Amino acid sequence: MNRLSKAGRILLATLREIFDENAYERFLRRTQMASSPKAYGAFRQELEEAKTRRPRCC
Amino acid sequence: MNKTVSIFAWGAVGLLAAAAVGVVAVHRGEPINALWLVVAAACCYALGYRFYSKFIAAKILALDPLRATPAERLENGRDFLVTNKWVVFGHHFAAIAGPGPLVGPVLAAQFGYLPGTMWVLAGAVFAGCVQDFVILLFSVRRDGKSLTEMAQEEIGRVGGFVAYTAVIAILVILLGVVALIVVNALKDSPWGTFTIAMTIPIALLMGLYLRRIRPGKVLEISALGFILVLLAIWGGQWASQHPAMAGVFTLRAPTLAILIMGYGFSASALPVWLLLAPRDYLSTFVKLGTIGLLAVGIVALHPTLHMPALTRFVDGSGPVFAGKIFPFAFITIACGAISGFHALISSGTTPKLIARETQTRMVGYGAMMAESAVAVMAIIAACVLQPGVYFAINSPAGVVGETAAAATATISSWGFPVTAAAMQTLAQAVGEQTLFNRTGGAPAFAVGMAHIFSQSLGGAAVMALWYHFAVMFEALFILTILDAGTRVARFMIQDALGHIYKPLGRTSWYPSILATSALIVAAWGFFLWQGVKDPLGGINSLWPLFGIANQLLATVALCVATTIIVKMYRARYAAVTLVPLAWLVAVTFTASWHKVLDPNPRVGFLAQARVLAAAPATRASAQLVFNNRLDAAVTAVLVVMVTLVLIESVRQWNLVLSGREQASVKESPFVKTRLAEDRG
Repeated sequence: MNRLSKAGRILLATLREIFDENAYERFLRRTQMASSPKAYGAFRQELEEAKTRRPRCC
Repeated sequence: MNKTVSIFAWGAVGLLAAAAVGVVAVHRGEPINALWLVVAAACCYALGYRFYSKFIAAKILALDPLRATPAERLENGRDFLVTNKWVVFGHHFAAIAGPGPLVGPVLAAQFGYLPGTMWVLAGAVFAGCVQDFVILLFSVRRDGKSLTEMAQEEIGRVGGFVAYTAVIAILVILLGVVALIVVNALKDSPWGTFTIAMTIPIALLMGLYLRRIRPGKVLEISALGFILVLLAIWGGQWASQHPAMAGVFTLRAPTLAILIMGYGFSASALPVWLLLAPRDYLSTFVKLGTIGLLAVGIVALHPTLHMPALTRFVDGSGPVFAGKIFPFAFITIACGAISGFHALISSGTTPKLIARETQTRMVGYGAMMAESAVAVMAIIAACVLQPGVYFAINSPAGVVGETAAAATATISSWGFPVTAAAMQTLAQAVGEQTLFNRTGGAPAFAVGMAHIFSQSLGGAAVMALWYHFAVMFEALFILTILDAGTRVARFMIQDALGHIYKPLGRTSWYPSILATSALIVAAWGFFLWQGVKDPLGGINSLWPLFGIANQLLATVALCVATTIIVKMYRARYAAVTLVPLAWLVAVTFTASWHKVLDPNPRVGFLAQARVLAAAPATRASAQLVFNNRLDAAVTAVLVVMVTLVLIESVRQWNLVLSGREQASVKESPFVKTRLAEDRG
């Protein structure tokens, strides 16, 4: 049961990383902002700068 | 595990692998079950990971669990971040898995299921996984440097320049060919076009939700978006049967091509975060879900493969694309066996997330195995179709004939019986007007996937829904690659132009944005338009060109890897990268020679140009002559550039091995990790 719950947590963490939810939390911690439309807008702008330069495979 | 038990367990896996590969390789006549391919793949991957990757990790790379990675040393909460290894694995897999491992194997199935399966298994275990693994580790030891930077540092300026140019060339050809796949999947398909069109308002809704209602809650809105997409698929059926709606959404290939070019330009030049970012998330959600679903479906339903192990087209006369099994099977399947593009991901985001050097084995080698498994699933999806149906879908009208009667007569004469009535019934079952001449691989994959799932979930009654789900899944993430790829290429061009005239490098200066976006879209749009107008279906010319470009980039990556291994004084183990390098050189150079100089006009670009030039001149034929000559020139330039990298690499190896030059690798200095042991 423990293993199953650990696997579930890792799967969720992986999905949160892939879908940038973790990145947003880190952004909030780093900038000491509370989650808000404005904070999310700033996060997206920062993310776009980096993400749009990353190649994605075929 | 007890050593004796371990020996017996791995011995059993080895025997099972031998048996399964043996059945796949030597079985002839009766159809075989897809489970043989699944078992062969699972055992080969297990053995490759357990023994070969461990050997590479221990003997060549000497992975050091005590050495701090850039994620630890340079942690900044943004790019550099110590991350759980499974999370990095998932992230890396999501970045490397694109349409390539689905499309290439479907096209290569024209040779039968055997060549593709063997190449995917051997190519992944001995080449693709090795490339991704070693490049990832070398990037980790160089503060996450890119392949281009490593090529410049380790091989020289020629290496850096070629890697950079090859990336641009691949991006342009890739974007052209994947756009063509979408066009071929959606042309004259009101259902498919409606579904894809609906993803625009769905993505806008997701964007508003993320921005205004629940900032940052991507997973929940992606799940909701997924449900809305399913509704759009269901609604597509209504649209396709509604006279007015069907009229609006029934589009010809040239119209779709122009729309896609307009979309690519807008995505690159305009601040369309509201649409693109949510669609990217939606596409990833659908992609991961569908791959998982397909894996479960194949294992649970274990369908029978109707395609023979080998077809008559190994002689090079195939209708899907022309060319003999060697070298064309090996450039048609790139992603899934070895893909140079992966070296960009392995030296991009991933090395900046790795917590311990020892994790590069699981992430680099392991994620490529997962991608290879996706390619095996694609082979199965293509080969569950009756061969006659497969060839009817994938053969261009220029080869099999314009009418249903002509196409079925031609295909049946090859020994793959199919009737016009059967094709019409199948088209109706999947909700299309026709399935003839739908080149590009995506429609055949979609029919195969629908065929597998209709054996159980909902039966034949919902086959149309499954088909359009598969088409939507492929089109959605191809369009995501199209907009992301156009932007990446635009930034690369802007970076380069910035060296000539500084304002051109500014990513916020609109004249530069518009000019470079137009340049990139015009470049891939040219290839797309060429494919749309090509009487042989476009894929025949463009997919091999893409395969050659991609494998040439892999050649550059393996040159970098071998050079570093030689400089690390591990030359006695250099065969690990040198053998795949030699194989790729043989494959790509032979394929390039054929594509440029082969006298068969279906294979050689110049031969086709000569035939077209000899025919009565029209405006269209003049354009086709130019297209073929340009394709030949692009192929030749790529080969010359990679030859330069090879010469420069061999010179470096010779200098080090003869003792004329002191080898020095450009690794970051050793810093001991502060991370606890249990984080590895």
